[in-house]
Amino acid sequence: MAQPNSDMRRRQRWQRLSEPVIETVIRLCGISSIVFVFGIFFFVFREGAGFLFKGLDLSQFLTSTEWYPTSQSNVRYGVLALIAGTFSVTVLAMLIAVPFGLGAAIFVSEFCGGRMKETLKIVIELLAAIPSVVWGFIGLSVMNPLIQDVFHVPVGLNVLNGAILLALMSVPIMVSIGEDSLKAVPDSYREAALALGATRWQLIYRVLIPAAKNGLLAAVLLGVGRAVGETMAVLMATGHAVNIPKSVFDPVRTLTATIAAELGEASAGSDHYQVLFIIGILLFSITFVVNLSADLIVKGIRKK
Amino acid sequence: MFTETPLIRRKLRNEFAAKCVFGLMALAMVIPLLVIVGYLFWKAFPLLSWDFLVTNPTNGMRKGGIWSAFLGTLYLVGISLCISAPIGVLAAVYLNEYARENWFTRIINLAVVNLAGVPSIVHALFGLGAFVLFAGMGRSIIAASLTLSIMTLPVIIASTKEALSAVPISFREACWNVGASRWQTIRHIVLPNSISGILTGVILQVSRTAGETAPIMFTGAVFFKKISEGNLFAYNLKDQCMALSMHLYTVTTQVTEAPAALPYAIATVLVVTVLAVNALSIGLRVYLRSRKKW
Repeated sequence: MAQPNSDMRRRQRWQRLSEPVIETVIRLCGISSIVFVFGIFFFVFREGAGFLFKGLDLSQFLTSTEWYPTSQSNVRYGVLALIAGTFSVTVLAMLIAVPFGLGAAIFVSEFCGGRMKETLKIVIELLAAIPSVVWGFIGLSVMNPLIQDVFHVPVGLNVLNGAILLALMSVPIMVSIGEDSLKAVPDSYREAALALGATRWQLIYRVLIPAAKNGLLAAVLLGVGRAVGETMAVLMATGHAVNIPKSVFDPVRTLTATIAAELGEASAGSDHYQVLFIIGILLFSITFVVNLSADLIVKGIRKK
Repeated sequence: MFTETPLIRRKLRNEFAAKCVFGLMALAMVIPLLVIVGYLFWKAFPLLSWDFLVTNPTNGMRKGGIWSAFLGTLYLVGISLCISAPIGVLAAVYLNEYARENWFTRIINLAVVNLAGVPSIVHALFGLGAFVLFAGMGRSIIAASLTLSIMTLPVIIASTKEALSAVPISFREACWNVGASRWQTIRHIVLPNSISGILTGVILQVSRTAGETAPIMFTGAVFFKKISEGNLFAYNLKDQCMALSMHLYTVTTQVTEAPAALPYAIATVLVVTVLAVNALSIGLRVYLRSRKKW
């Protein structure tokens, strides 16, 4: 009898000691993501801060289209053309991706059943898994000649090329979030509409889309967030020329691609190097706002 | 029986048209996947062999295989997951099992969402500023892995949280009622019952990490490095390494006169690895869901 008793007591003591330790570790891990978000902002800011407060002309930075970071005589850091590049590629990508993404979400949620639905969702998941550098490579070696042939333009590395790639990359997230929000619409809405003699079109346009519009908006916003932050695909496929595009066949350069292309050459601590970190802060802020609004919209739905 | 009036016929036609239109939109996503994988494989076919995988690149990347890049990717993925999986799983345990509904928990959730949305190139800047320069690790495998692990953390937290919340609350209540403590309940009831979901989420991250390029470009990946062939421990944690994704980028954009099939072959190896891991994760999920006990 004594044996199991002492054994039990030892285990109890061990538990009394170990439980608080484990709980502390779990709590620390719990707050780690806050630490990391602040850490990212802090360290990116820290590298760029010196030049941000001393030397950088902020109004010129945001309004000038002249990006000559390595010029010998007259160095100019104007990111307007880069912002225009990011903006044009993202907008065109969304013009392609939103109808397809939401259309596919409606198809998966309303027209498919059982096995077909599972298969489509798996394919979408696999599409999301293709690495961005592979997309970039496809843009460079497949889409480039294709665009040249189809549209008879001299260069195929342009806004259109990048936008098609970004559309393909952001469609999966739109489909999965969009499908979730359509699934959240109660079946009684559908039944009521069908009982009134509505066609599927009417059901979708008059009932489902208004009822799920917040979720669909969040889906689009998350797609935008992904498109703005995408680096490798646009670096390889948009032609890498700093200018404000006048048509979809003009090459552009985005904020992300600029960092990726120039950070390796800029010597640590130089003005050029610090400006790239300031662009990083700009990107971080843009995606922060986009993701925050998407999250608030989704939370808004759950409360209702 | 219904008689087929023109109205009903029009409705049926409408219905069919709707199905076709939305179906085509869905198809527009299936086709790229098949076309891309098929095309890559077809173009890469002449180069693909076992030797390609296990020999170092030679002759300025124009000849040889991809061994050092492949091994580098394995290192980066393995180490980064060893760091992010425990932290991510425990963070999800905290959020799902310990945290109360209050402003602090909401802030943590917001932080997770935002961490997931941070562009990969900003992660690269962070890794460079924090690990390479501030912590003094230099450009190394460990700095790159840490950067990658912070990138994968939010997704692991999200998927683990989902897996944990799928365990019915009555399981926990039964356990508390026999006098188990919080951690004992988690350790013996919650984690064993959700391990399949957790694993699925973690495996999925293998594929995402393997394909990332931007975060490792400035934190540890190099253009070229020769290592001993066939030795799985050829890299040191403090070394820089090659990586498949980075290798594809450099071969495509910087190496002139590379054989035409070479980038296709690298891309194929990368895509096949990623898709195989994903398929494994999906298969595991389907299998485990079919034998769920509740």
